[in-house]
Amino acid sequence: MLNTYVVYVENKPGVLTRVASLFRRRAFNIDSLTVGRTEKPEVSRMTITVDADYDQARRIEANLYKLVNVLLVENITNQPAIVRDLAMIKVAATHEARSHVLELAGVFRARVVDVAPESLTIEITGAEDKIDGLLEVLRPYGVLEMVRTGIVAMRRGKASTGAPATNNTDHNVAEEDVSHSV
Amino acid sequence: MKDNTSLTAKSMTAKSMTGASILWECLEREGVKTVFGYPGGAILPAYDALKGSKIHHILVRHEQGATHMADGYARASGQVGVAVATSGPGATNMVTGIATAMLDSSPIVCITGQVGSKLIGSDAFQETDITGVTLPITKHNYLVTHASEVARTIREAFYVARSGRPGPVLVDITKDAQQSTCEFDWEAAKPQLPGYRPDLSPEPKEYEQALELIHNAKRPVILAGHGIIISGAMAEVREFAERTGIPVALTLLGIGAFPAAHPLNLGMMGMHGEAWVNHTIQEADLLLAFGMRFDDRVTGNLKTYASNAKKIHIEIDPAEINKNVKVDVPLVGDLREVLHELLPKVESIDRSEWLDSIDKLKGDAAVRDIQNLPDSGHLYAAHVINDLWRETRDGDTVVVTDVGQHQMWEAQYYKHEKARSLITSGGLGTMGFALPAAIGAKVARPEAEVWVVVGDGGFQMTLCELATIVQENLKVNIAIINNGFLGMVRQWQEFFYERNYAATPLLNPDFAKLGEAYGIRSMTVTERSQVVPSVRAARQHDGPVLINFRVEQEDTVYPMVAAGASLHEMIRRPSKIVETAEDE
Repeated sequence: MLNTYVVYVENKPGVLTRVASLFRRRAFNIDSLTVGRTEKPEVSRMTITVDADYDQARRIEANLYKLVNVLLVENITNQPAIVRDLAMIKVAATHEARSHVLELAGVFRARVVDVAPESLTIEITGAEDKIDGLLEVLRPYGVLEMVRTGIVAMRRGKASTGAPATNNTDHNVAEEDVSHSV
Repeated sequence: MKDNTSLTAKSMTAKSMTGASILWECLEREGVKTVFGYPGGAILPAYDALKGSKIHHILVRHEQGATHMADGYARASGQVGVAVATSGPGATNMVTGIATAMLDSSPIVCITGQVGSKLIGSDAFQETDITGVTLPITKHNYLVTHASEVARTIREAFYVARSGRPGPVLVDITKDAQQSTCEFDWEAAKPQLPGYRPDLSPEPKEYEQALELIHNAKRPVILAGHGIIISGAMAEVREFAERTGIPVALTLLGIGAFPAAHPLNLGMMGMHGEAWVNHTIQEADLLLAFGMRFDDRVTGNLKTYASNAKKIHIEIDPAEINKNVKVDVPLVGDLREVLHELLPKVESIDRSEWLDSIDKLKGDAAVRDIQNLPDSGHLYAAHVINDLWRETRDGDTVVVTDVGQHQMWEAQYYKHEKARSLITSGGLGTMGFALPAAIGAKVARPEAEVWVVVGDGGFQMTLCELATIVQENLKVNIAIINNGFLGMVRQWQEFFYERNYAATPLLNPDFAKLGEAYGIRSMTVTERSQVVPSVRAARQHDGPVLINFRVEQEDTVYPMVAAGASLHEMIRRPSKIVETAEDE
């Protein structure tokens, strides 16, 4: 089944590579991965969807935690969450088709963001199946170009913790773990 | 110019230092006495600053050797081993040693020089993206581009390497970061690792579930792994086994974690484990996995592995839980701490029925001794190793083995009573490991008697380090088990490829002459009667000694579980020349 993870990572060079490399190395199949900023400049947030069974899903979480730069992993697959994908779809729209395409965009509450003599570009935000639905009805008119961001997700209400703190200067280094020169 | 001003500044305030000087200062503060390294362009500022340090630098002959030495140092002592190399080829030569340390959870820190930060990405001379290369084979790695980052990075590297499940950490430092100066403040450079959690512990409920399984089990077995030694839980495991009456089977890297002579010690499990050990595991109703990871070499076919047994997995790395074998109760935490929780709560149970049935599985194989078999005129590796054990068993001896047949024979015929008395490459199976790792072991424990047991194939992969032994005047004894073949590969060809010995016969040099060329006292042994005298002569000699044991060419390690076969389906020795198990 498709699992959705929200992964908070330190905003440092190379962290995306570490996460992507982990999935390749352990042969987990990434369906989608997005990364962006959070409310804290030192923390980045990834939304990762992976096809995995229950045990694999647990191991993915454990392996993510093994990466030193990973701060927090939430598997929100079975949590109430807002999940959004964004697509831009360039549709062939000559004069007779144009009104039909505009009508369909309106039904899906999508926005027209570019108008050209031969095409319309529609921007739509929503759950993945909603975007799939719009794509399907637009296809007969001729989809010239399409791009999707992959999903971003956030748990509803208080369940979401937000980006964890990183300025933990009193990091818990056990005294016996530190050697001192004499 | 910058360097000159920094030197002046250093003498005046003693706080402003170059990145290179900070590097050595931090290593000293981390307790490092010795590093293993090889200089080159991008690490030269660090080597220049070495003169102001108390650290002893051992010049290796190949950077792979430096990493194995650091690894051997770590495994012999439990302390972090350090290897140093330059950028590009120096760094890439470390890759095998880093991967070896990764798979066997060995704490090493590798310091590499990198081209100047402005040149990164330009394909400059000797530039390699070594943090990219080593990403999947390090526990963590760093690229340092400013002197001000050196101190914190080194502190974090050591902390990450030795805490939790240990592993290799690589620190790549650009040349300009080594050369430029900054204020050095050790206290302010504390590790900042907000996402790093090495200190997990199980839930109370999980302890209860584990105790219930332990108390209800009729046929339990402890699977003792490397984690016991890393955690330092030898005494706790022994107390646990004795109090519960549960027998102990060892992984290859678990050898030494539980005394060989202990009545509850069954011996090694797995592909070349003793037959009764594997049968015991297959018949068990409870497996207690202590710091081991159910490697394919110990489980055989997972579908048929201990199918009637419940499993308790005590393991520090949560990513190991349910990876290969589905377990009933995971106890994620440091083994020693987990056993401290369990010990007061376990009950003493009479398990004589189970232990008697295991004794029956053993038959008389366990008391049969190959030394008592008549001398057939052939020299077998098992003889050499058993004699070596008899001669060195009473001392503080560390045996460092390479990979292949000799490694398995050593595991079968050398009885290890103490932790850290066997050092070997288990997970990666790195040929060429033994000689450099033994150097590291000897440096870590100069009072110990160190023996390299190595095949003629693996020896030739890193034999250049003989020069390091001589240059450092290290008393390391080398036993080459020379059968003129890549023996283990030949064995697989014998069993699975219709004796097509493709690319396995070796044309070898005269190893004794080779040793003499390095200035190492060397001898060749071809008969069984010469084994003990040669070992004695080696022990009495003041310097390093090399013994070239020319053993039977087509001998085979028995028993053997073929890759992918069930654990109880063992290939047994057809003749009775050397008994390894209940071979009748």
